[in-house]
Amino acid sequence: MRSPVAATQIRRFLALLALMAVVELITGPPGSAEEPTIGITRSFSEPTSFFGLFVTPRFVLFFAFTVIIYLVASLWRSQSTSIVAIWNTTTAQPRAFTQRRAVRLSTRGGLLVIAIVLPLIVTDPFWQSSLVEQIAVYILLALGLNVVTGFAGLLDLGYVAFYAIGAYATAWVTGALPLAPPFGIHMDPFFAIPIAIVLAMVAGVILGAPTLRLRGDYLAIVTLGFGEIIALFANNLNTITGGATGTNEIPHFTFHVGPVNYRWGLGPVPYYYLALGFVVIFIVAFSLLEHSRVGRAWTAIREDEVAAESVGINPLKYKVMAFAIGAASAGFAGVMTAAQTNFVSPATFTLVFSINILVLVIFGGMGSIAGVILGAVLVQTFQMFIIHTPPAGFQPQDLYIYLGAILVAMMIFRPAGLLPSRRRRRELTMAEVGKSTAGEILIGEQS
Amino acid sequence: MSIDKIFDVDRVTLRFGGVVSLNDVTLHQQRGEILAIIGPNGAGKTSLFNSLTGVYQPQEGSVTFCAQPGESFDVIGKKAHRVAKAGVARTFQASRMFSALTTFENIKIGAESHRGIGAVGAMLRGPGTRRDERKSDGKTIELLRFVGLEGQANTISSSLSYGDRRRLEIARALATEPQVLLLDEPAAGTNPSEKLALADLIRKVRDVMGVSILLIEHDMKLVMSLAERLYVLNFGSVIAEGTPDEIRANEAVISAYLGTTAEDA
Repeated sequence: MRSPVAATQIRRFLALLALMAVVELITGPPGSAEEPTIGITRSFSEPTSFFGLFVTPRFVLFFAFTVIIYLVASLWRSQSTSIVAIWNTTTAQPRAFTQRRAVRLSTRGGLLVIAIVLPLIVTDPFWQSSLVEQIAVYILLALGLNVVTGFAGLLDLGYVAFYAIGAYATAWVTGALPLAPPFGIHMDPFFAIPIAIVLAMVAGVILGAPTLRLRGDYLAIVTLGFGEIIALFANNLNTITGGATGTNEIPHFTFHVGPVNYRWGLGPVPYYYLALGFVVIFIVAFSLLEHSRVGRAWTAIREDEVAAESVGINPLKYKVMAFAIGAASAGFAGVMTAAQTNFVSPATFTLVFSINILVLVIFGGMGSIAGVILGAVLVQTFQMFIIHTPPAGFQPQDLYIYLGAILVAMMIFRPAGLLPSRRRRRELTMAEVGKSTAGEILIGEQS
Repeated sequence: MSIDKIFDVDRVTLRFGGVVSLNDVTLHQQRGEILAIIGPNGAGKTSLFNSLTGVYQPQEGSVTFCAQPGESFDVIGKKAHRVAKAGVARTFQASRMFSALTTFENIKIGAESHRGIGAVGAMLRGPGTRRDERKSDGKTIELLRFVGLEGQANTISSSLSYGDRRRLEIARALATEPQVLLLDEPAAGTNPSEKLALADLIRKVRDVMGVSILLIEHDMKLVMSLAERLYVLNFGSVIAEGTPDEIRANEAVISAYLGTTAEDA
């Protein structure tokens, strides 16, 4: 007789296999009027390169993918319990912070060093500019959306609006829009940073204050509408935003203080370091926030709003705050993009864009800062990889099919994301939690 | 006897559409009193609690809460979080904990919620913020000891036993430094020994912390041993008021609980 565990494993494998078959079929060659079934048969039988090693029918390749994904996932599942157990015993000691903190700090320092030397390793111009435009900017966006969706538990489908506000604020401040810049002065994009962040936060409050009384699905719909409204404004307010063509006159950043003169030019690397600096600032600020009473209040509201109110937490205030704070990093991301590409146009600010950011957050692990960064790096790298250098037999236009398949596989094996936050994972696995881990009192426990 | 009322409920009527949930309810609680509300299912006990804590807004009547003698706070028209800040804490009939958080974190949220918001302070993590954190930590530990959950500080609250959940809820409510604590069926789902311990804890809350207790409970033995005075609700109206002994002997109460035959009614 099969044990229930084995049955689950088999079911998961079959689900994955079915998913792969669907992807294989969709991404395969088309049929024709003479031979209607050829699209189906060829999808499975067409020769393709097996990871560049030898030529084999497509179904072998996809079967190999299925097995690889399954094995990686199972290995992780079987090993993670022991890893987690070891991790817990080493980190559960209340005041054994020194050891733990040293480990954490050195990990972070190491990652930062890697991030700093990365442009020296990645020298391909396409990938260098992707590092800024496709990865750093998306990390900023994912970090901000994580505050809204991950920490406060509010589904925002119009997050792109704050990014648009940041980008258009930059264009406005630097005098690139038909609308005259403030006080008629064409400012450097650096001055756009505080202005864009403040404007995005104000937009967050304006959107949040009336709508955050809504819950769940209703809020998602309203935010969706807000995103569309901003895009429509950008598209149609010709005398303010320049209409559908947007503007391409936004200057680069320049820095003139005393003897130091620096101009960010066309090369992506200086932008990379600027973005990296701000990513670090946002990471530090948001993680301090997460482990502060504000973060705990967000968790409380996310878990049980009525109970949160009963201990004196004003849910509306904290939700509006989450919106405003989450909008800040999107506002900055908008400045980055506008100043680097010199260009804004309404065509960028679509619903698909908002969903893309949400995918990064879900993929990486809602509520986990490390998770959403990892999610942004992996998903965006994958997207650029498929677009720039698709392996033989893979078309760039099938990008979202592959991405969708990866997401579905994620939901089967790791529904809480790659690196879920501890709290979120607990919420998801609440039903399974039966055993208690009696510990000592954590004096000064922060997380 | 001079009356120092902590809660003064005057002619409160609460309707949901055509359904009258509370009908002209008038009652009061003395400061420092353990007061119980009893009544059959659907009598409006929890509706009354919700009206006292700003969750429901009664259409008629007034609810006055006096945190200190001489002060008065009009509950009706206020949101639940404002009522909580004014000094009214409560627990829920079905435990409502922040179930993904540890016992410690649950209580800490209560301890720090009545402070200002301080997002900027949190992001800068200045000395003021740290001092606040230490204060809430200290208070949390104190309360963990008070309710006897110090061994469960790091336990995820959803894996606590029913009795411990009740204790946790009481500790979280007490962390908000209330003047009155509303307990909605605290003994539901607990075993007899947990019930005894809970009764002791409730008495200790009043005697040691000086917090007035307003209690809804179905377990008659527990209510009669704990409460100093009771109100009996039936179909949204107060049908009796008095000490446990008076209530036990009250005809209206007996018929409400046991039902009446046609000629009695």
